[in-house]
Amino acid sequence: MLEINGLHVSVQGKDILKGLSLTVPPGEVHAIMGPNGAGKSTTSYTLAGRDGYDVTRGSIRFKGEDMVPLPPEERAAKGIFLAFQYPLEIPGVSTLTFLKSAVNAQARLRGEKELDAVQFLKLVRETAKGLNISEEMLKRPLNVGFSGGEKKRNEVLQMALLKPTLAILDETDSGLDIDAMKLVAEGVNALRAPDRSFLVITHYQRLLDYIVPDHIHILADGRIVKSGDKSLALQLEEQGYDAVIGKAA
Amino acid sequence: MSQQAETLQELTDSKYKYGFVTDIESEFAPKGLNEEIVRFISKKKNEPGWMLEWRLDAYRRWLAMTEPTWARVDYPPVDFQDFYYFAAPKSDSDKPKSLDEVDPELLKTYEKLGIPLSEQKMLTGVAVDAVFDSVSVATTFKAKLEEVGVIFCPLSEALAKHPELVRKYLGTVVPATDNYYATLNSAVFSEGSFVYVPEGVRCPMELSTYFRINALNTGQFERTLIIAEKNSYVSYLEGCTAPMRDENQLHAAVVELVALEGAEIKYSTVQNWYPGDENGKGGIYNFVTKRGDCRGDDSKISWTQVETGSAITWKYPSCILRGDNSVGEFYSIAIANNCQQADTGTKMIHLGKNTKSRIISKGISAGRAQNTYRGLVNMHARAEGARNFTQCDSLLLGSRCGAHTVPYIESHNPSAIVEHEATTSKISDDQLFYCLSRGIGTEEAVALIVNGFCREVLQQLPMEFAVEAQKLVGISLEGSVG
Repeated sequence: MLEINGLHVSVQGKDILKGLSLTVPPGEVHAIMGPNGAGKSTTSYTLAGRDGYDVTRGSIRFKGEDMVPLPPEERAAKGIFLAFQYPLEIPGVSTLTFLKSAVNAQARLRGEKELDAVQFLKLVRETAKGLNISEEMLKRPLNVGFSGGEKKRNEVLQMALLKPTLAILDETDSGLDIDAMKLVAEGVNALRAPDRSFLVITHYQRLLDYIVPDHIHILADGRIVKSGDKSLALQLEEQGYDAVIGKAA
Repeated sequence: MSQQAETLQELTDSKYKYGFVTDIESEFAPKGLNEEIVRFISKKKNEPGWMLEWRLDAYRRWLAMTEPTWARVDYPPVDFQDFYYFAAPKSDSDKPKSLDEVDPELLKTYEKLGIPLSEQKMLTGVAVDAVFDSVSVATTFKAKLEEVGVIFCPLSEALAKHPELVRKYLGTVVPATDNYYATLNSAVFSEGSFVYVPEGVRCPMELSTYFRINALNTGQFERTLIIAEKNSYVSYLEGCTAPMRDENQLHAAVVELVALEGAEIKYSTVQNWYPGDENGKGGIYNFVTKRGDCRGDDSKISWTQVETGSAITWKYPSCILRGDNSVGEFYSIAIANNCQQADTGTKMIHLGKNTKSRIISKGISAGRAQNTYRGLVNMHARAEGARNFTQCDSLLLGSRCGAHTVPYIESHNPSAIVEHEATTSKISDDQLFYCLSRGIGTEEAVALIVNGFCREVLQQLPMEFAVEAQKLVGISLEGSVG
């Protein structure tokens, strides 16, 4: 599904990723953990194709295709989704309008038929129900005045509607209390499928109690320094990053 | 420059979509302006003697006036002798009785603009008084309007058929000597619309005029007069696009609204004249005087404008709140891209007791454009309990444009309440990337965010106009982020 090989990324002339390699097969959930400044957010932005995150060496292949030259919207249409750590507010644009724009923009890019208003509304209502998202919330301007939990549930709603084959969750647990986190995790777990992979990026172990990964990778100073199964997260929680990976940075 | 910024730059340079010129031969008055030209125009239109005298008086006063320089706009001196002051399509002499008789070239032009009259007649029920190069060529739904006594016709026709009404109201809201451009208009106005809604009548349809400037080097001097009698209601729509050209075109329109006791006038504009090329060359100069007079108690006048075109926009649709409890509203979206300059706003003059006004202005600047909101709220000494609320929001796209807010507030009554709120913001890279990461392309993302920013104003437009305006907002800003 996703193959990252010897990836070097610089941001504003500063090298952040320094030879990151990672393979995520279809249907698996991989977690990337790491201390602050390890390059976690850079990894997610680079995979989504953000301007200013320059790949200087290495490759990103998604379903065998080179992603590096593609702009973000085309990567999205090919099935890469990034759930933001801090979802953005867009005043005056209702959540419904935004969702419809996104679903239909991707359909256009893939040469598929766009949904009409009735089909779309039916789809959104069904999907929103499962995430405990009210009709009223769909009408509000996108993320404006949303609580932390509402914003993250809205990210999961977008994920459910856009049906990506690779979902990247960037610090999805940040700003959430336990109840909100459980709700979000349930939403994510409901989307687990044999043809869908997840890359869960997180600082803390607690999210991984709810979204249980197949593999855990520790990112430090711009590369993966250690990989293992889910017990690695517990080990980190008990001993701390320094003890587990040594003074990598 | 990053790759994304480069792409955006290319998009910013995209050409004006409605740039084309039809080759209908125009019947021109000779170039330049003098008393003879004023007489020529008046004669061409078979006007009564008093109208000619009115024009000549305005012309003589205009000669003694100087162009205003206080607006934040910069342009080379205008040579007023270098314009044609009258042009009419050839078909003027025998006016068509139905669309079949209309010059096919003309109909093609409308089609390019996406406003086929025939379809509009059937689908929207909007009566269209189409102004093409100063002379109306098609008027529809007249019968239905006549049934309820609403008069909706070209001003020249009103002068012939209802001279007493025109004489009673013309120049009573915007006097002939009001300002340099209004005075020029008073001397040489060529056409415009006239609307009269009788007492107690609610006009059964939106009245719509599509203006279009087409003949080379022709100054356009529209003059519109709308009168709403006691307890009547009318909604008027004005919209336009223009063909591409090289030389600057001067446009100085005057619009006068009179709302008598309990009457309401809603005036909506979508303005999309040629803004000039990427360097600002060839765009239209738009110096407009629009003013409404809430002459009677409990009357209401509401201006809504979407200004996306013109090289220079100088425009302040205003309300004189003369009647007690009268209400004035101004909802505005002004978009300036590339080298466009917009200096626009409103004046709310509170004279009557318990008068209320509301100003919502959304200014969007992109490219190297300068966008200024200039507004006056004046609370007269006898305006007991008057209230105003003003909100001015500016949105900047890119780092080379400017947004300016110049509010004037004068309160002479201690019981009056004036509120002013202003914000300036930018479309952030984060917002844009958020949209892109969902598969929404740059152009659509900008249009989405800007339409969100303008929502309060777009909501004020009649439905069919709102859809058109939303598209226009997108088109005007194509690729202007960078």
